[in-house]
Amino acid sequence: MSEEKKPAIKKIQATGHMRKIMADYFYELDNAMKQGSPKIAWCTSVGPAELLLSLGFLVYYPENHGAMLGSSRQAASYIPVANAIGYSPDICSYLTSDVGAFIKKETPLSRAYEGIEGVPIPDVLVYNTNQCRDVQDWFSWYSKELNVPALGISTYRNIGNITEDHLSSIEKQIKGLIPQLEEIGGNKFDIDKFRHILGLSYDCTQLWKKVLETNKSIPAPISFFDETIHMGPAVVLRGTETAVEYYEVLLQELEERVAQKEGAVQDEKFRVYWEGMPIWGKLRDLAEFFISLRTAVIASTYCNSWIFDSFDPDDPFMSMARAYTEIFIVRDENFKELYIEKMVDMYGINGILFHDAKTCPNNSNNRYGMPERLEKKLGIPALTINGDLNDLRCYSEEQAKTNIEAFVEQLANK
Amino acid sequence: MEYFVGIDVGASTTKAVILDKSAQILGHSVIHSGADFGAAAEDVLHKASVGLKKENLGRKIVISTGYGRRNVLFADLTKTEISCHAKGSYHYFQRAHTLIDIGGQDSKIIKIDDGGKRIGFKMNRKCAAGTGAFLEEIANRLKIKIEKLNGLAEKATKNVTIGSYCTVFTATEILTKIRQNIRVEDIVKGIFESVIKRALEMDLLEGNIVMSGGVVAHNPYFVKMCEQKLGKEIFVPPLPQLIGALGGALFALETKGGKHA
Repeated sequence: MSEEKKPAIKKIQATGHMRKIMADYFYELDNAMKQGSPKIAWCTSVGPAELLLSLGFLVYYPENHGAMLGSSRQAASYIPVANAIGYSPDICSYLTSDVGAFIKKETPLSRAYEGIEGVPIPDVLVYNTNQCRDVQDWFSWYSKELNVPALGISTYRNIGNITEDHLSSIEKQIKGLIPQLEEIGGNKFDIDKFRHILGLSYDCTQLWKKVLETNKSIPAPISFFDETIHMGPAVVLRGTETAVEYYEVLLQELEERVAQKEGAVQDEKFRVYWEGMPIWGKLRDLAEFFISLRTAVIASTYCNSWIFDSFDPDDPFMSMARAYTEIFIVRDENFKELYIEKMVDMYGINGILFHDAKTCPNNSNNRYGMPERLEKKLGIPALTINGDLNDLRCYSEEQAKTNIEAFVEQLANK
Repeated sequence: MEYFVGIDVGASTTKAVILDKSAQILGHSVIHSGADFGAAAEDVLHKASVGLKKENLGRKIVISTGYGRRNVLFADLTKTEISCHAKGSYHYFQRAHTLIDIGGQDSKIIKIDDGGKRIGFKMNRKCAAGTGAFLEEIANRLKIKIEKLNGLAEKATKNVTIGSYCTVFTATEILTKIRQNIRVEDIVKGIFESVIKRALEMDLLEGNIVMSGGVVAHNPYFVKMCEQKLGKEIFVPPLPQLIGALGGALFALETKGGKHA
């Protein structure tokens, strides 16, 4: 099983549509900053975005910016800038690359969108520690730098069963944000608007789920690498009609692919689950590499993280508390193992690839013996590759590819 | 006669093995890889084929493996060094076993079942600790020729612990030991110990153990230390540095349905 000549990645037609709505989104934020209205809130990617939207804020997501810094391979020039002011190279490289870029007054947004000179300056920063503590530190830096309030929700970590105590605490914290957000944004909280936006978010997330689940088909119509790009609207535009419309278009295209048995990988032979963060600067390279190995990376914890089944407009606060607490990253090892086991079964997975991201311990689930336990339990092989989401100094191209190729050889001999 | 060739282009050395159709080794060679992997592959094949009939070299199947496998333009196929080492190891040791290969740039632990099927593998992380590169770097720092390390380690009388993972920090640690008047022999044994620890801690080592790689080929005392550490005998195949190349040649033979066991 050797790497052959690089085949082309099959283009997803909806990409043009996505680029337009993403451009509109960033221009809207840029205009708001320039005109001073509407107010801008920065939010963590699985933070209480729906509440912010209902209060009239435009919402910007620094993690999305971090991913842009990674995928444009600019992160390496910014991480050292943050290191120099005391933020360790061992902490989140989204944080260090984003803060470094801000200090240098540079952004990939200005390369991508003519007329945009910088990231939209916030009126408020709102985080949820459901992902990690780094988001709080990240927003705290901006809070001091820009003299802007940072508000947050502290989520429990490592949860097995979610109890009413967990949820009532989170619900209380979400409600507790409202008075300050009303004051900063200048708009009164409107429960009906909140319900409406939560409903749109639910619709978006359900369509995104259907998009991901088209990969239950053999061959799988979309690769993990394309999914990480096409989940952009689910992250930054959830709670809007625009996102819902986009996923209707994407879903239709993928369903057509399924009907025509058109796979993302020609002659798909093996199906792999990706556990962990993407290696943003190597998406295309890895996508092509896997295609050359006739191996489809078709499901991931990462892309599933923007499925929020619990959103319920009839019970908006509690359902939001549940949705943002029950996600994979918040849960204990036992839950995570059962979750991956379910995915392996659902998608007909032949092997699991764990990405040990040097600067992202919370998304590196190989570190406490999980690959070995799952191998034993499921009878399929697991592989760990070392790398990082943004810091490519932590990634050895040759070593990673040799490991992946040897892994596929092992799948072939099974 | 047709030849079956495996070429293993490693980070430090390039190896070739030539087999006939009954898996007998007709020739083999090891050279430094240098900076031009393609040229090294041609050179090593040339050296391995000394004494063989030139006209037969036109009828050969070549499988390349190792770090520079894709630079071997005359190869018919490539295979990873993981697969080739497993193949080569099982050729000599036809039982379930764990192969520990300590190469120039990486160390690998490969688990092989009773039937020769590879059931798992691990490679070192992106770090020179536990590899031949670590020994090369430290030999260089100590101004000792790499081939002298084995003899020095054998003469050690004390156990010296090198605590650092990092090659650079280890060099600093060694300077401290030199200042403490610790004998070079003891330091070298400590360095061996450090490589052994890093390599052996990659995986559980149960059952039969086989070792291969350049470090193993040139340092029998290193293997002896591993045996002491594991408390069991370790099987070292003939030509331990050439196991990957042999595996490649066996795969080449397999493409013709040839005998290789």
